Amino acid sequence: MSTPTYTPDASDHDADIKRIIDAHLQLEGPLLPMLHAVQAEFGLIPEAAQRLIADALNITRAELHGVISFYHDFREKPAGRHVLKICRAEACQSVGGAALADHVLEKLGLNWHGTTANGAVTVEPVYCLGLCACAPAAMVDGRVVGRVDATRMDALLAEAGA
Amino acid sequence: MKVYVPMDSAAKALGADDVVLALLKAAEGRDIQIIRTGSRGMIWLEPLVEVEVDGQRHGFGPATPADAAAILEGTSALALGPVEDLDWMKRQTRLTFARCGVIDPLSLEDYSAHGGLKGLRRALTLTSQQMVDEVQTSGLRGRGGAGFPTGIKWQTVHDAGARQKYIVCNADEGDSGTFADRMIMEGDPFTLIEGMTIAGLAVGATRGYVYLRSEYPDAIHVMRQAVAIAREAGVLGADVLNSGRAFDMEIREGAGAYVCGEETSLLNSLEGKRGVVRAKPPLPALEGFLGRPTVVNNVISLATVPVIFERGAQYYADFGLGRSRGTVTLQIAGNVARGGLFETAFGVTLDEVVNDIGGGTASRRPVKAVQVGGPLGAYMPVSKFDTPIGYEEFDAKGGLIGHAGLVVFDDRADMLKMARFAMEFCAVESCGKCTPCRIGSVRGVETIDRIAQGDASAVPLLTDLCETMKDGSLCALGGFTPFPVMSALTHFPDDFATHKEAAE
Repeated sequence: MSTPTYTPDASDHDADIKRIIDAHLQLEGPLLPMLHAVQAEFGLIPEAAQRLIADALNITRAELHGVISFYHDFREKPAGRHVLKICRAEACQSVGGAALADHVLEKLGLNWHGTTANGAVTVEPVYCLGLCACAPAAMVDGRVVGRVDATRMDALLAEAGA
Repeated sequence: MKVYVPMDSAAKALGADDVVLALLKAAEGRDIQIIRTGSRGMIWLEPLVEVEVDGQRHGFGPATPADAAAILEGTSALALGPVEDLDWMKRQTRLTFARCGVIDPLSLEDYSAHGGLKGLRRALTLTSQQMVDEVQTSGLRGRGGAGFPTGIKWQTVHDAGARQKYIVCNADEGDSGTFADRMIMEGDPFTLIEGMTIAGLAVGATRGYVYLRSEYPDAIHVMRQAVAIAREAGVLGADVLNSGRAFDMEIREGAGAYVCGEETSLLNSLEGKRGVVRAKPPLPALEGFLGRPTVVNNVISLATVPVIFERGAQYYADFGLGRSRGTVTLQIAGNVARGGLFETAFGVTLDEVVNDIGGGTASRRPVKAVQVGGPLGAYMPVSKFDTPIGYEEFDAKGGLIGHAGLVVFDDRADMLKMARFAMEFCAVESCGKCTPCRIGSVRGVETIDRIAQGDASAVPLLTDLCETMKDGSLCALGGFTPFPVMSALTHFPDDFATHKEAAE
């Protein structure tokens, strides 16, 4: 996955943001597709985008903030270069998922949603990846991994540079 | 030589892509064609490689890259024989999943050659009322969990007068232990497209949306490609199969909120709002997406529609038990020896599913409990394993079948911890509209912690709290979280008492 970047002090993002907004305006219920597209481009929903989106959709900034903050997927702060999602749901728990998650958080010295000091990996909880018959499951930047044990997880973390 | 390897995400999660690379390398000089398919559902055998010999597909699994050469030479010790002859396959009644794992998911030719589009072609010869009647007669009920008769929902939307109506497919399969929606979308996406098109023609809706969770990037990718292919081929668009009738659809990605699997939250989310639950009435069938009449159906409900039209409603209705007609797509998961998807007529008992089909636990330890129906489903103790899989049958035993996912736990499971997790999950995912859910779930975690610390007086408090959540929540998140909590407390009192004694 390429690493999207957003530089807060650069004003030339506005044109890109407007292009994304325009590409979605004809949709019925355009806000979520718009936010996904902005985040895919910049890795977060920048302040500047919020102003432009609110204007384009004729909604208040408060309303938009309500939507962005409701969904786990949307970020207002950048994530690490890689995002590791570890499933916390029941099927994964039945085969040691909780211990695996504890192992990762302890090893990296993080809490959920935390990012390693070198900016390599953000660790997030996820509630089911649909890999419940080959649990415990995890996902690294959209790539799924099943039957993860501590050894496999350590290899994934090393690969991601954690 | 034709070689089939699944591209289902469970197979990929277990290394299918590496196996494909190894097969290509091992095949050097030999003429092999690798076809990526969905999964047959035997997840414990994934990656399952199938080699076609004299028109019959022979299975090898679970395969690793090191097995590639021997598989192609036919000397591999992983040989399972013809896949169709395996016990797991022979015992099933695969109607909804007939093509899953068999065909190339993105080949419309393959799809048509295996019975695809027959249902839609037949539907186009019927009046819209006849189409709705067909679904009514089939006895199909909402496979998402609620079990509401699909035909009645369609009739309501059919009868509603509006310039624009919608078909919305609920593909926000967030329940742990469930993956049938994901498998069918990755393995046979045209089935869902065909089902939604028939639904559109039946109720007079020309637009459809699939609200697909962002946790399923592979399914999103396959569905988007399938929609483009179907549109290109004239299955979707202004002139469905040259009938002069219109239906088109779009794939919409969710954003990681479990509650959006609840139909009214889903509609709000689709409209670009916070995924907060709406009070009913008005029913979504009358005032749904953008306030217009909307059919909201689960993936499996819609993906079952084509086979009902292909084989006839009565054929489908002849399977099943009591008021649960047709087949159930069981998803056997968790700590289980043979996990995967198993489609069979309603009526099979929980014991048969867990111990016979599933082969007991993967850890080879005794089964302690099975959570049926996702995080809002009850923990069924072994003493209730004689319960047949059916909507009313489970209801009578204080459970629910939900989306028919089963998560098996062995004797090491701590049911107090599982009850605590149910409350914690509800607190994380509550949309915030109803106080008993929003606040009650947080208090629930605290109350269970008190029990864990030996405070016996917290038990009646927890029971009372569960009653309040059940009665005072608009949707199943707050309303059904008491199922796992109370079933754990009721059936596994020792797990709650041990902690008490330890603290004393």
